Amino acid sequence: MTAEEWTAVRLSLLVAVTATAASLPLGVAIAWLLARGRFWGKGLLDTLVHLPLILPPVVTGYLLLILFGRRGPIGEFLDRAFGIVFAFRWTGAVLACAVMGFPLMVRAIRLSIEAVDTRLESAAGTLGAHPLLVFATITLPLCLPGVIAGAILCFAKSMGEFGATITFVSNIPGETQTLPSAIYTLTQIPGGDAGALRLTLISVVISMVALLGSEMLARRLGARRVAT
Amino acid sequence: MSLDVDIKHRHGTFHLQARFVSQPGVTALFGRSGSGKTTLVNIVGGLIRPDRGRVTVDGQVLVDTDRRLFVPRHRRRIGYVFQDSRLFPHLSVRQNLLYGRWFTSGTGGAVADFDSVVELLGIGALLDRRPDSLSGGEKQRVAIGRALLAHPRLLLMDEPLASLDEARRAEILPYIERLRDKAGVPILYVSHSVAEVARLATTVVILSDGKVTAVGPVLDILPLADASDGGSVLDAVVAHHDEGFQLTTLASVAGELQVPRLSAPAGASVRAYIRARDVMLSLQPPQEISALNVLAGKVAQIVPSGAQADIRLDCNGAVLMARLTNKSVQRLALVPGRPVYAVIKSVSFERS
Repeated sequence: MTAEEWTAVRLSLLVAVTATAASLPLGVAIAWLLARGRFWGKGLLDTLVHLPLILPPVVTGYLLLILFGRRGPIGEFLDRAFGIVFAFRWTGAVLACAVMGFPLMVRAIRLSIEAVDTRLESAAGTLGAHPLLVFATITLPLCLPGVIAGAILCFAKSMGEFGATITFVSNIPGETQTLPSAIYTLTQIPGGDAGALRLTLISVVISMVALLGSEMLARRLGARRVAT
Repeated sequence: MSLDVDIKHRHGTFHLQARFVSQPGVTALFGRSGSGKTTLVNIVGGLIRPDRGRVTVDGQVLVDTDRRLFVPRHRRRIGYVFQDSRLFPHLSVRQNLLYGRWFTSGTGGAVADFDSVVELLGIGALLDRRPDSLSGGEKQRVAIGRALLAHPRLLLMDEPLASLDEARRAEILPYIERLRDKAGVPILYVSHSVAEVARLATTVVILSDGKVTAVGPVLDILPLADASDGGSVLDAVVAHHDEGFQLTTLASVAGELQVPRLSAPAGASVRAYIRARDVMLSLQPPQEISALNVLAGKVAQIVPSGAQADIRLDCNGAVLMARLTNKSVQRLALVPGRPVYAVIKSVSFERS
């Protein structure tokens, strides 16, 4: 393995973990709104969340570039107000991956929240728990397997995200060149086949480990629930 | 404690219009399924927001639609025992019991410390188990304890025994009685079982098609209950036992009753429940019949219902209900004021 390949693997892991961790709280909140909320514009929110799933990734990446680029309305504001820059930085790759993984994450969490019996939540309310505490002590623990599944899906999607990332933040080694971008680059140069194959194997191993890990975690949580 | 309810609520085509004031002790909300009992309890517990009206507990307004006031359920301090116990599946029995403690400071309401509640409900052996390993009766006992430990000033019980079989009911009823007598929490108890209401309630609110049709002490109101198993309640005292025939003689204002041997000692109070269809009427003192119990009384009221009629008797001040066919009513020429003899075929007993 070359140093460049290692860099791409490390960067990909960093981007995927950051994207998952950063979007998880928002993902849980949006999932809860979609599962339990009754408000005007719910359909619109639902569509908006799912949009990256339907749009071509290149289109999503280009929209991100327009909105979050240095000259983009949101990007310019964030740069001036907080000094946060997305364009052509690894943080931009994080944003692209988070946006692309978001629908998958929200979907999994939403389904698991919908499966939680609302009668348990109202029982907790009559015992004196504030709605936020009801969520923290009843809803969240009961839908935890779904939250983990959603996080793993987002992580896996982030590891594989290519189109939106390369459109938004390009393919800069050491900064925005994630695993898929590196594989793509290697396949474009003569003699890069061996490197592409190595990275492909690594990609497969990471995905499988993530999947097995989530299964084990879900099983342990499930076992804890039925333990007598 | 007093609970004051005056609400109007519409749900689809169902209209609920209820107004009553409850007394300390157990107030039973009695009525057929679909009469609006659960909706009413949910309004008191804060699970449903009524369209119009007021709910007050101990002078504190919980709902007042005119003043746009609505206290959310978690700030009401009203315990709720659901028909389906609703224990939290991811917590142990002990954690379920202690759940409410995280949120309520231990001031006011029922003084309920963990050990005495556990002992009262007999759930000490279950503490480290998970809810899904409990039987239906055990689950309900834990649910009662959980509600009690949140220091409620009022306990709502929505048909807590309805999902249980006869044996489980018999297992839990004594605990609810102990709760009524020892824990000092007023209870609003929803039921469609006359036997349960007769045994537990001090006050009865009868609900029929979303309207309160009667409110009052259990002895006066229950005979009016428009239920398929209508009947009457008689407070009595164990007079003596006849060991030879294995019978117990009870004394009541209506007269003496002989019943199969009870385990209660002489002097103990019991509450007899006599179903209307187990009472026959005779104009003459019946002689040479097998029935042991004959009470003298007067016809107080005749309420026709279809091919039958519910006869309300006044037996020296106690109310007794009899259900006869219209033909019998005509043949005996029954009218209010007419002296009759009530032949009682069977009596069910609850210790009170």
